Amino acid sequence: MSVAIDIFECMFEYGEMSPAAATLDASPTRSTVEELQARIRQMQATTLDTRTIPTHPAIARLLPGGGLKQGVAYSVDHSSSLLMALLAGPSAAGSWCGVVGVPEFGVEAAEHFGIDLERLVLVPHPGEQWLGVTAAIADVLGVVVTRPPQRASDSSVSRLTARLRQRGATLLVLGPWPQSEAMLSLSESNWSGIGQGSGHLSARQVTVTVSSRAGGRPRSARLWLPDPHERFREVERPGLVGVSRVQNDTYPGTVHEVHGFHEAAG
Amino acid sequence: MRRVGSGFAGPERTIVLWCPDWPITAALRSLSASGTGLRASFPASRSAIARAVGPDSPLALIDAGLVFACSASARRDGVKRGLRVREAQARCPDLAVLDYDSAVDIRLFEPVLEAIEQTMPGVQVLRPGTCAVRARGPARYYGGEEEAALWLLDALDALGIHGARVGIADGPFTAEHAARSPQRQRIRIVPEGGSAVFLSEMPVGLLGEPSLATLLRRLGIRTLGEFARLDAADVEARFGESGARVHALANGLDSRSVVPRVVPEELDSSAGFEPPLDRIDQVAFGCRALADRFIEQLIRAKLVCTSIRIEVESESGEFSERSWLHPRSFTAADVVDRVRWQLQGSGSIDSGVSSRITSVRVVPESVDAIGNHEEGLWGTGLDERVHHGLSRVQSMLGHGAVVTAVVGGGRTLGDRRNLVAWGDRPAVTKSTAEPWPGQLPTPSPGTVFEVAQPAMVIDAAGVAVDIDDRGTLSGLPAQFSPDGRTLRSVSAWAGPWTIDERWWDADTSRRASRFQLVDETGAAWLLVLENHEWGTEARYD
Repeated sequence: MSVAIDIFECMFEYGEMSPAAATLDASPTRSTVEELQARIRQMQATTLDTRTIPTHPAIARLLPGGGLKQGVAYSVDHSSSLLMALLAGPSAAGSWCGVVGVPEFGVEAAEHFGIDLERLVLVPHPGEQWLGVTAAIADVLGVVVTRPPQRASDSSVSRLTARLRQRGATLLVLGPWPQSEAMLSLSESNWSGIGQGSGHLSARQVTVTVSSRAGGRPRSARLWLPDPHERFREVERPGLVGVSRVQNDTYPGTVHEVHGFHEAAG
Repeated sequence: MRRVGSGFAGPERTIVLWCPDWPITAALRSLSASGTGLRASFPASRSAIARAVGPDSPLALIDAGLVFACSASARRDGVKRGLRVREAQARCPDLAVLDYDSAVDIRLFEPVLEAIEQTMPGVQVLRPGTCAVRARGPARYYGGEEEAALWLLDALDALGIHGARVGIADGPFTAEHAARSPQRQRIRIVPEGGSAVFLSEMPVGLLGEPSLATLLRRLGIRTLGEFARLDAADVEARFGESGARVHALANGLDSRSVVPRVVPEELDSSAGFEPPLDRIDQVAFGCRALADRFIEQLIRAKLVCTSIRIEVESESGEFSERSWLHPRSFTAADVVDRVRWQLQGSGSIDSGVSSRITSVRVVPESVDAIGNHEEGLWGTGLDERVHHGLSRVQSMLGHGAVVTAVVGGGRTLGDRRNLVAWGDRPAVTKSTAEPWPGQLPTPSPGTVFEVAQPAMVIDAAGVAVDIDDRGTLSGLPAQFSPDGRTLRSVSAWAGPWTIDERWWDADTSRRASRFQLVDETGAAWLLVLENHEWGTEARYD
């Protein structure tokens, strides 16, 4: 117990958690730190609005809080298919989705990913009124994708954030966003089915990394995005890259559940 | 007549007016309206036909591949109703062919009815081109049935509709056949009580019951007179209710009476501007009262409007009209928005108009009973809210700025993506049900650029890769630049998939080769080589 108190003191003295955790590497205390961090996050989460919207399990387990939360913003690093994977869950559950300022959004791919086009609204060119349009769309639609023009000013960011919190809409920002709950990015993308002048693109394995604002190690997983049937799911082999221990403890057996879900859905 | 005994005081004297070949007359009139260039809503091909088709040139209207109606000159060449198009064209090589549109028939008959109503009240439309009026009143007013008929024909001649014919007899059935009877005079009057004699020589096919007519012919009964001579009780026993009804018709005892149509209420509103206005916001402001009045009238008639047509006239004589749909029903503010969008096009609200606006007219195109659009006790919830929010964005950015997407058919990504303005009806021209050979293999790219970005692909020697007419590449792609700035090396590639679309049409033909390229970071791109120039059409990200 005394160890735990020391760590708490450490954390409050240094303010930042991750450097403190980094200095305590490779010792039993480190697991305690992570455990406590997780508990703090959970306790903080209960004080905020923590209603989550339905998210595909393969991605939900990477996100802080176990799913997309209402009233916050997420930043997605330049990947339309990851964006569609995030939209597919809420859309299938009946949410309306809006896409503001992304004229090149591939609607056909969106339909194949399971987004209901009847409940998808696009505003390809908001122009000067980007902030007003995004806020108006976020007022009425559950999930809003947007790409800010160049750099959004701090005041507009905070106004939009307040609006989101009030309305309970989820904002997915293509590109960096100062107050994002988590940042999702892709790396190590491997296409299969294509050779040197032969075949065609058929499936891709990619590592999705989620770094959360609350700190902690980024979580990542290897996903099929898309798989040969144009869906997305976790790669079968249990070689999950860099999933922290807290993750494993909190979600025992998630991998199998995910596969079960897919077999049932397929 | 035993069956109709008590309330039936014999058939009513009826005037029937028949315009022969009404579908042709209507089509020619609608063509000449479009030919003057006033109405921009007609496609170009129609106005081209309008120039080619004179009032006397052969014309046929086609419905489901068969001739539905044809003009007199076409009929002289042997074209008749029910022929296949190919055969009709073989019989009459300079035949102009148009698609039959029943809405045009009905719409153009409306002015005819109005003209008749000014001559004599209580018109019943039997079908477009044919209408019935009770004869008693007009005959007394104009001093005789023939005079009344002459007045009627005068009214039609004044509209420019020549060749109409009138029949006057007991009941609409006999009167219609009197009007259609082959003779020189345009008016045929069957004297009171003379219907049975008039009808007796006509074939049984006129009864309008094909199966009964066939049966009667097989029984040796060929004319209405022979049918009428059968005993009414026997006919009812053998052929039932409907048989008894047509038997009464054959006897000249038409129990139907003329039911005058209810004149539809005038629901359109217009506003004139004096002096003419040259700023869109002024016009929009001026239309507020108009929109309020328009909606108020509809509500008073217990109607809501789901589609309106806005007609704008300007000082220089320009006339623009457009139909606007609404996913729910129009409110006054929605109407003002539509007026503004129509004037604005893609410009901004404070931009001027090319010619000053003199008048704006709002016409309801489709209306519905207000009861069907009433909100439920608990409101209609989310969708209503979504619609209001999106309409707000539309009023900020313009009608076409908020869109929903529909995936259509086609070979290219651009063809398959159809964007529809919020509230409009999706117009997918190419069906997804067809196979579309040559379309890209799945998965579909997540990012599809609106306009292909200029790109570059070079082979190992640094020479731009090109393709010859036989589809052979000049070199293997080694490096490429999807955005024209950074050069990436090719780690995998596939293609070319060549499409050669609509090669028979110089305006829309397209020949292009598609390639998929993967760079060293694992990002994949769809590049198109068209006219020896590379472009990036989409990214798989």
